Amino acid sequence: MGGFIAGYFLLGRVSASVMTDSRITSHPILEFKEGRRVRFTFDGRELEGYEGEPVAAALHACGVRVLGESPKLRRPRGFFCAIGNCSSCLMTVDGRPNVRVCREKLREGMRVTTQRGKGVLLAND
Amino acid sequence: MIGAGPAGLCATIAARDMGAHVTLVDSQDRPGGQLVKQTHKFFGSRGQFAGKRGIDIARLLAERIENDPLVEIMLDATVVGFYDDGALGIEKNDALTFLKPERVVCATGASERMLAFPNNDLPGVYGAGAVQTLMNVYGVRPGKAVLMVGAGNIGLIVSYQLMQAGVDVVAVVEAMPQVGGYDVHARKIQRAGVPILTSHTVKAVHGTQVVEGATIWSLDGSFRPIPGTERYFEVDTVCLAVGLTPLSDLLWQAGCKMAYVPELGGHVALRNEDYETSRPGLFVAGDLAGIEEASSAMIEGTIAGLSAAWSLGYSAADCELRLAAARAQLEALRRGPKREKVRSGIDELMQLGREAGIVA
Repeated sequence: MGGFIAGYFLLGRVSASVMTDSRITSHPILEFKEGRRVRFTFDGRELEGYEGEPVAAALHACGVRVLGESPKLRRPRGFFCAIGNCSSCLMTVDGRPNVRVCREKLREGMRVTTQRGKGVLLAND
Repeated sequence: MIGAGPAGLCATIAARDMGAHVTLVDSQDRPGGQLVKQTHKFFGSRGQFAGKRGIDIARLLAERIENDPLVEIMLDATVVGFYDDGALGIEKNDALTFLKPERVVCATGASERMLAFPNNDLPGVYGAGAVQTLMNVYGVRPGKAVLMVGAGNIGLIVSYQLMQAGVDVVAVVEAMPQVGGYDVHARKIQRAGVPILTSHTVKAVHGTQVVEGATIWSLDGSFRPIPGTERYFEVDTVCLAVGLTPLSDLLWQAGCKMAYVPELGGHVALRNEDYETSRPGLFVAGDLAGIEEASSAMIEGTIAGLSAAWSLGYSAADCELRLAAARAQLEALRRGPKREKVRSGIDELMQLGREAGIVA
């Protein structure tokens, strides 16, 4: 249910492969050196981001703010601390659960999926 | 050295200058700690880079130890265990390694405080540090319209940085009857038209999947909310700048004597004038030693680094001079009415230290 709502919300706000205007293009002090543009998937939908930036930043730039759900009450979860301390942003990345996506660097072809529950470590073995 | 923020970098430089071999470990992929997102110019004295931006200070400090034969820098590495025999467990690339240094300077910094209100867990309620990281390090706006909670220096500075990034800051709310941060920061955002509402707090955040709005209300002289004073803001982000608390997990593991000192942000280690804790050979510095600011963290790091190296028998001609200068700078930084809280917290900590026989 939580996933359905999240998916519905996302489809309403984002079209695939488009980076939204949440990227800062001009700034009075900072200059942002962008990496190579790479494609990745979020729950099967193709998105784009910059190689080496945190997965959470790439998702946020695509308008994705709901990264997961709390294991018990299934409340939506986004990032909170952005430096790997709080574990609010745990997702499944290339089949590996409990990845802190505020620290995980984006790579070409990455499969990012919403994690349900606490994650299964040895699902494919 | 655990933590490559302002305190850890300065501790590394100081100990290296004394001739000690230093391993500097940090969980992030670049040195600098939270300096890497501070785009504003620092105050204070020239010794602490007054007039320079935090992002530049991080680079300048790091350059002083890069490619130094005495310094090994381990990035993307997290110290996850402090064992009884003094060994440190370090996680890097999903593997655990161990290191048993003769001295440890712990400068792990702080984590952000939460505030209790309905829906405070919705995506869009972000810590001020997270907002800074997202926009100043990665160039992504956290949202379109932000309600800032907290008018301390962090809340005021991040509000201004949000405006620089093209984000609308609808208001800054502050529970205290006065602004906590420096007037110069407050006036800057007020001039730009952002109201700072003192004696106000968040009543609730609204939304089902993400933040869609927030309601604030006034507080009376006893911090009780006044019904009927509610105001609604249509925002997609609520930024919490309601204080920091020391990241003290490793100190608890190490068995340091701790004390709860609210003026210093929570639980801090008892320590002496050299920033050595109740566990011999373990020093603290920066926000971990008590929440202050980057300028004081740099000086504390210098004191801890010099003292740690000195206790190992290393020496330098200017060691005593540097220590005395650092102590004087720290005292100067802590003068003034805005620092009253920190001063009383440190007084209490030192008194507890004397009672425990840690402080002479």
